[in-house]
Order: sequence, then C-alpha cells, then structure tokens
Amino acid sequence: MTFDLDPQDWQAVALSLRVSVWATVLSLPLGIAVAWVLARKRFWGHGLLNGLVHLPLILPPVVTGYLLLLTFGRRGMVGGFLEQTFGLVFAFRWTGAALAAAVMAFPLMVRAIRLAIEAVDPKLEQAASTLGASPVWVFLTVTLPLILPGVVVGAILAFAKAMGEFGATITFVSNIPGQTQTLPSAIYALLQVPGGDAAAGRLVVISVAIAMVALLLSEVISRAVARRIAGR
Amino acid sequence: MLEVAVRHRFAGFGLDVDFAAPAGVTVLFGRSGSGKTSVVNAVAGLLRADGARVVVGGVDVSGLPAHRRRIGYVFQDARLFPHLTVRQNIGYGRWFAGGAGDLGAVADLLGLTGLLDRRTAALSGGEAARVAIGRALLAAPRLLLMDEPLAALDAPRKAEILPYLERLRDEVRVPILYVSHALSEVARLATTLVVLDQGRVQRAGPLAEVLADPSLAPILGLREAGAVISARVSVQEADGLTRAETAGGPLFLPRVAAEVGTVLRLRIPAQDVILSRERPVGLSALNILHCEIVSLRFGDGPGALVQLRLGPELLLARITRRSAEALGLEPGMACCAILKSVAVAPGDIGV
Repeated sequence: MTFDLDPQDWQAVALSLRVSVWATVLSLPLGIAVAWVLARKRFWGHGLLNGLVHLPLILPPVVTGYLLLLTFGRRGMVGGFLEQTFGLVFAFRWTGAALAAAVMAFPLMVRAIRLAIEAVDPKLEQAASTLGASPVWVFLTVTLPLILPGVVVGAILAFAKAMGEFGATITFVSNIPGQTQTLPSAIYALLQVPGGDAAAGRLVVISVAIAMVALLLSEVISRAVARRIAGR
Repeated sequence: MLEVAVRHRFAGFGLDVDFAAPAGVTVLFGRSGSGKTSVVNAVAGLLRADGARVVVGGVDVSGLPAHRRRIGYVFQDARLFPHLTVRQNIGYGRWFAGGAGDLGAVADLLGLTGLLDRRTAALSGGEAARVAIGRALLAAPRLLLMDEPLAALDAPRKAEILPYLERLRDEVRVPILYVSHALSEVARLATTLVVLDQGRVQRAGPLAEVLADPSLAPILGLREAGAVISARVSVQEADGLTRAETAGGPLFLPRVAAEVGTVLRLRIPAQDVILSRERPVGLSALNILHCEIVSLRFGDGPGALVQLRLGPELLLARITRRSAEALGLEPGMACCAILKSVAVAPGDIGV
C-alpha cells in the first residue's frame, strides 16, 4: 500500500479539520456559559436545559441531523431567518457540517466543563467578592483559571467527537466532495465503490493518527495547566 | 463606629443580633452554633439575611452587594487563590480598590516580604493566615472581619500570629470585627466584647466590664471566667520580677519585657483568686490586692462568683459557697484578693 493521497482525500482531511476546529472554537464560550449555569444556578427549567443539552448524546444521530435540517434548512424556521438576515446558509455547506458537529459534540464539552466548575470551591469565589471583584471579574480571575484543565479536556473531547461525526452530518448536509464530505463521509463513500478499500485504508490511518495526537496533546496540556494551578 | 443588626431564620434556628461598637477590635464571642459566623457573613454581604443593617463609620452598606461593601474578610480557612503567587494573592483586592495600598509596607507589617514569590501550596498554616490578612488589608477595607483566623493553627503558630494582629489593631487602625471562642485571644485583642448565645446578644460592652460580669460566667465557661485589669510597669526588679501598679496595689510578675511606664493588660482567671477578709501575713503569695466586694452570685453548684472593685476596675473571684458563708462576705465589704503570681500567665499579658 503506497501512501499517496489524491487531492480529493486531502480535501476531506482538510475539511474535517476545518469543520472540527470551527465547531469547537465557536461552541466553547457557549459551552462554558451553559456548564456554569448548570453547575451553579438552580432555577425552574434546570432539568429541561440539562436534557436539551444532552439530547444529541441519546438521540440517533440521524434524528439529530434530520431535526437540524428541519430547523436550519433553507426552509426551516431558523435557517430561513439566518439566510435572509445575515446571508448565512447551513444547508449542504461546510458551515452546516460544522453546526452538526458542534451540536453532537456539545454534551461532551459541557459535561467536562461542568465537572470542573463543580470542583471549584465556591468559598474561593466568595473570598474574591469580599475583595471587591464583581461576579464577572470573579469568574474571569478565579473560576476560569481554575477550570482551565476541564475546559481543555472538554475542548479536545469536542474536537475528537467533531472529527468523527457522521450520522447527523450526512443527514443534514449530505456528502458533497469538497463541500461537506468530511473524513468519515469520505471513508464511507470510498467503501461503497469497488476498489476503494485502499484509499479508505489510508484515510483510516490518518483518522487514527489525528485522534492519537489530539489525545496526547490534551494529556500534556491539561497536565501542564493543572500543575500551574495547583501552585507547584 | 460599627452598628450591626441581623435577623435571619434558619431551619430550627433563629438569629436576632443587634449591637454597636466603637472603633478598635470588637470581638464576637460565643460557643460553636451560637450564630457568630452567620453574623459576619451577613455583615460581609455573603449571607442574604431576612433583615440586616450594617453601618460602618457612618456609611450604611446594607443595600450593597458583597463586592461593593469594602468589607475585608479573613476566613478561618485562609482561602488563598491556588493559581496565584503570594504577591498576586495579596495584590488581588488592591487592584479592585484602585491600586492605592502599599504592598511592600503590608508585606513588611505581616512579615511576608520573603514569601512574595512563593506559590500558596508551599505555605505553612501560619504563613497562609498572614497572607490572607494582607490580602484583605490591601483591599482598603472600611472594616476587617476575622472569623477565627487562628482556630486551625496549633499553639506555636497562634503565638506567631497574635503579635501581628496586635500591630494591626495599633498601627493600621482599621476597625476589626473578630469572631472567637477562645478567651485568651479575646483578652489580648478586644476593645469591645459582644457575647452571643443561641442567636441572641447576651451582653455587649467594653471588654473589662463584660468579662467581669458574673452573670455571664455560665456562657463564657466557669473555668474560663476571669476579668481583665490594667497595670503600669513601675520597676524592673533585680530578682527577675517586674513590678506593676494596679488600682488595688502593686503586682509582681515574672519578668515582662516592657519599658517602665507601659500599661499592661492582665487577665486574671477567677479560679486563681483567693479571698481574705484581712491582709494575710506569713503567706508565700506576693500579689495581694485591696478591693471591695460589689456582688456575690451563687449558682446551682457549690461555687460562688464574687465581683470585686479595685478603683475603677473590676475583678472576678471564684470561691466555694461554703467559704463565702464562713467569711460572711457581703456587698460593700473590704477584702483582700490574693493572686498566685503564676496566675498571670505570660500568654495573657497583652501589651
């Protein structure tokens, strides 16, 4: 097996990376906010929000993809509004792939960050407020630095999940080479044609390599951050 | 000037506290479960009480959120920020206060200069407590709350911190509300004593007056009961004793390292005082004070608490009911209080 990738394979790799990075980076602030609300606030609808966040984890990905199509498709309620107002189109575009990946990865990200927030002693935040820090400053100067390892873990998990997303993506934005054909879709497509196994095998190797690098990186980063925070 | 009124209902416990105190150190004293920490949390704005009024130096901060009250808080567990260095911890509140405080001077006052670049995980308990105090001070507080900052420390660490607290009281002059359940700390630090029991103020007033109130002895603890009197160092004797003058006559103390003229604060445990109707002769005890009986208080047991007056000051003696009756003690009677010289423990000599 030679390791020559044709341009179309590279396209799938590059697209997957782009989709996953955007999905992770853009959903991170919202993920932190939702995790904070779930960890620290008790309100009517707490269980509802929690269920909503975790829904993509439990639903069949095809269902999530179909719901996204209904909502964010060009004729969907939100999709139509976004197209008319901002010219932002999700259906059958790489942006839609990023949205699908973000939605599917969101529960994992929120879980990791929420656990980190719950591990922060609220007494430290109280101490900061007696020293004159407003709630926003308390969060930025005390809570956020202390949960950084959890944020890193959550982001890497989300990235890995986004790299592997298949069902919701293919349902929502289909499998258009160069536009919405991510690594998993490309592997799937190659396996459907005779003689495609060799190319599929190469993409599988790349997938494994990316996953390994991501995991090792998360290990190194979160350990370094944790060491810095523990004050050693 | 400090005015505090806090009302709050917890499940199965009601808090209704109201007191005012002049400048200096106000000690909130009570057994665990008496509501002390809830009161300071309400003062800090961390506990949203059903009703709370907090006036510090003429400013009513009751309606403000915690971060706008400018009330410093030294917690029992130091609560240092683990991701920051000592310097960054101390500077944290200063930044929000506009960066005015002198970090170097505070580090100097609290003996932290050599620790500034350390991480907090590497600090001992006593060092962490000092960092917490410095951090609260540099936030430029109108009032400093201290919730048993020494409780988690062993005796040598306590002895290490107490002088710093005294410097705080005498040099920085920020009003302090100090929560404690240990009388030895109280006697050294307090200007005003507020005695709390089951969520109510039992008594509030100047330290010496409250400590000499026999009716409070059951709350303070009979073994711990004892008054505080002042004595002026007059002579450093050649035999290693220090002579100090009180309103009832001279006292001879084991050498106190203080200059002649210094006024000492002495705590005299009630159970270390012996009463005699006449001045005894042929006795080894050196310290005999002339006083007048103010009142006698008999409890349920065999004991009696006698409140004595020497000049403007009050002393408390704990004797048995039997000897009170045998001596025929009555209010207004002159008598002699005999203190074993060891009764003035060095730890209780506040300078």
